[in-house]
Amino acid sequence: MNRLRRTGLALLGPVLAVLVALVISGLVIALIGQDPLRALQVMVDLGDAPSQQVQSIVVILNRAVPLFLAGLAVSIAFRMGLFNIGVEGQYRMATVVSAAVGAAVVLPGPLHVLLVIVVAMVVGAFWAGIVGVLKVTRGVSEVISSIMLNFIALGLASFLLTGPLRGSAEGASIITTAPLPESAWFPGLNGVLGAFGLAEPRTELFGFLVVAVVIGVVISVLVQRTRFGFDLRATGMSASAATASGVDARRMVVTTMLLSGAVAGLVGLPDLLGDAHSFGTEFTAGLGFLGIAVALLGRNNVLGVALAALLFAFLDRAALPLQFADIPASVVTIIQGTIVLAVVVANEVVRRLTLRSAERAGAAATGAPPDPGADGGGPGGGPGPDSGPDGGHRVRTGVPGTPEGARA
Amino acid sequence: MTKASARGVALLLAGSLALAACASDEEPEAGGNTGATAEDLQVGLAYDVGGRGDQSFNDSAYAGAEAAVEALGGDVQEFSPNEDGSDRVEGLANLAQEGFDPVIAVGFAYGESIAEVAEEFPDTTFAIVDSSVAELGVENVTGLLFAEEQGSFLAGAAAALKSETDHIGFIGGVEMPLIQKFEAGYVAGAKAVNPDIQVDVEYISPAGDFSGFGDPARGQILARSMYDAGADIVYHAAGGSGTGVFQAAAETGNRAIGVDSDQYQTVDDPELQAVIMTSMLKRVDNAVEAFITDYSEGNVQGGVDITNDLASDGVGLATSGGQIDDIQGQIEEYRQQIIDGEIEVPSTP
Repeated sequence: MNRLRRTGLALLGPVLAVLVALVISGLVIALIGQDPLRALQVMVDLGDAPSQQVQSIVVILNRAVPLFLAGLAVSIAFRMGLFNIGVEGQYRMATVVSAAVGAAVVLPGPLHVLLVIVVAMVVGAFWAGIVGVLKVTRGVSEVISSIMLNFIALGLASFLLTGPLRGSAEGASIITTAPLPESAWFPGLNGVLGAFGLAEPRTELFGFLVVAVVIGVVISVLVQRTRFGFDLRATGMSASAATASGVDARRMVVTTMLLSGAVAGLVGLPDLLGDAHSFGTEFTAGLGFLGIAVALLGRNNVLGVALAALLFAFLDRAALPLQFADIPASVVTIIQGTIVLAVVVANEVVRRLTLRSAERAGAAATGAPPDPGADGGGPGGGPGPDSGPDGGHRVRTGVPGTPEGARA
Repeated sequence: MTKASARGVALLLAGSLALAACASDEEPEAGGNTGATAEDLQVGLAYDVGGRGDQSFNDSAYAGAEAAVEALGGDVQEFSPNEDGSDRVEGLANLAQEGFDPVIAVGFAYGESIAEVAEEFPDTTFAIVDSSVAELGVENVTGLLFAEEQGSFLAGAAAALKSETDHIGFIGGVEMPLIQKFEAGYVAGAKAVNPDIQVDVEYISPAGDFSGFGDPARGQILARSMYDAGADIVYHAAGGSGTGVFQAAAETGNRAIGVDSDQYQTVDDPELQAVIMTSMLKRVDNAVEAFITDYSEGNVQGGVDITNDLASDGVGLATSGGQIDDIQGQIEEYRQQIIDGEIEVPSTP
């Protein structure tokens, strides 16, 4: 019963946030003289013909895959109490280098793809690792250094692209790296859609979707079911308590940043391996920043991040039919913005609710109200960070609460 | 109920929502744009990132399309891509799918995907601004190109003629080939007037980072440093960042040259208006209007590029404000020499 209650509370935040955002957005749409209900109807209308509907779903999924990876990268660091704003730079560096490496070698298919993936993860991890090392050796806040490294990555990627790694002809208006040979292309999933009897969409569904799912499962297991994951969550809840119980916090910071960066390195790959086949000046930018919003909305839980990525991708696609219905597409931007704001507020509300219910439970169990500043122990559970499983929750502000930490 | 089953329920809910969305809404056309008749023009206009209201490129294309449908009858359907431009292809394809014809892609960013989309919709006529299609081998796309280097040559000549310090500047939005064309022409024009003139060249952002087109603050800082170093006229090819260049000119009592549209007319602050010596015009509106008119008359050849240059008045110098009236004769001479081929303007710096 307690679990159900906690799950309910955990879901309450995001659901509340989305509802509030919808109401506010509806008001805004009404204010600009449009019918909110019609706007909603346009947004959920995926098309008339079956092929159009499948196409819309493919567009949503293709957008959701990189968003999910970006959100996942941010959330891994969040779980540990680290704010990795540098996903943007990490995936940019990873994509440009892996695109160049992939184009430079010839290998049999799966090996070639694997090489590009590994290179991207290593570069991403390296770029994020700088942040971790700076933090533990010099005490530099990861927020500052990762923002700064974004600028450096932007400039460096641009230098590499226009200089040594340039593959496009002089004078071409779009500068790209040399195209990947076909052996490095990630096969699409349209064949699978066909096997399910769905109409053939215009766009190829990214095969990288499978990799993203696998990565999601691996990260989920790693964080929830391993010693490393336990240390990570414990350090995130209370660094000093974790250190006291024998966790090497400095090593954890570096390892977590490496892991976060490795996942961030994958963000550009669905497009690189599945569609663009080269990195260029027109390569999708900004996914790293969207990832922060996705992680926030998904409350740093792998499944939550996946749902949040799908929601953002759905909204993104909705911008298209909205324009065709003569409703400004900025409606979508407004919805996305209000969702993020609402999530922050809702997280705080839910955190307080959880705190109160934990206090009540603690009082019922021990007969005395627990110190509200400490992690509340559940019935029968001892206080302290090791008791995370029962009713433990984040009491620090600034980083969104992690329901997973409370439920593991 | 365990955590796992709660997740299962959540997934199931999400899934059924998606299915419900698929199943419902079979009623035709939520957008109401498919009822095109054969006579009425249904123009699809796909913008570059920034969309309508950029007071520059996209607005100019819209003005052209609007003028065309006003004269010929019909409608314009616009599409602005999302912030990172990742839904460009989808938008372009949707315009074609919904039956819009012709479909005009505004901006070279569509260059990567126009061939792919055009091949998918062979019965639709496409055009793309700022991107060459001659080598694509697709019959239903026309490239609308501009000889920006020629117009910029005149801007450079005008700046060199008017400069009192023999020191001028150029600020590009993003360091990429398209903007380097502006730089190349400008520098060549200035050197043609005065081989010893000093031309400072700066770009706001590197290739791949498009923030340079919408960052007036950085435009202002760069221009400020040029003026402080002794330049007295700065030409910008930086889209929305140009406002910052004008502000820097106004603060330091110097002059600036606008780009794309006649910025003397479009800037609404009289203080800034006073510093705009001239503007290098890039008549996207004319090119778009001409293309739509050609289409309605069945005159679109397809598979070729149409270059709008000085000879066709596709590029040129604005005269509003009267600040370059005194050198108009010399400018006209250069113009004629370029048209006659006596001066060959480089398109790379």
